[in-house]
Amino acid sequence: MFAAAMVGVLVTMLLALIAAVRGPTVYDRILAVNMFGTKTVLLIAVSGFLAGRPEFLDLALVYALVNFIGTVAVLKFARFGSLGSDARRSSQ
Amino acid sequence: MTGVIDIASWVLLIGGAGFCIIGGIGLLRMPDFYARTHAAGITDTLGAGLLLAGLLLQAGPTLIGVKLVLIFAFLELVGPTAGHALFKAAYADGIKVHEGDDVVAQVAAEAAAAAAADAAPSDAGEQGAGDA
Repeated sequence: MFAAAMVGVLVTMLLALIAAVRGPTVYDRILAVNMFGTKTVLLIAVSGFLAGRPEFLDLALVYALVNFIGTVAVLKFARFGSLGSDARRSSQ
Repeated sequence: MTGVIDIASWVLLIGGAGFCIIGGIGLLRMPDFYARTHAAGITDTLGAGLLLAGLLLQAGPTLIGVKLVLIFAFLELVGPTAGHALFKAAYADGIKVHEGDDVVAQVAAEAAAAAAADAAPSDAGEQGAGDA
């Protein structure tokens, strides 16, 4: 049953990859990559249970944190063209 | 009792995977960036929530369960936040809202056409009856 859930998550990741390659604007791509990251968290969690080693949940937790920071960082980069502290000054 | 919990957890796992796939299909087929945000939000909250709830029923009240609850809480907080940030950034950047078919006007036009079609044959029928 974990395998069925894993197949579902993998299919969703494939669809998100297709959307990321296809998406017309940069925001479509960021949206698809964000969804891919969330599905990676779920995949790690389910695969830990499938292998009988739920300690993988630590990795899933860390990946969830990194994924959110990464999404916001890429969003800021796409908006301002820079991640430095002078981004606010250059945008004005 | 364990059988009941197993069945409930399987239903939650399959439901979560199903919602994930539905959101993925929506991400590909929605006409508009803002509609695609909606599709991605479904997988981020409902799909992930159901999957993690199914895993939580398998884990039981252990440290693993606590970690699952932490992941669940974080994903539920962060998914809508990231979606909102994306939406706001895209709107500020001037991404156009999809101007699709105006469903209300379309239905009104179809109703008017149907009424006209109803009126025309009945007139013809009355005329035919009058002739006869």
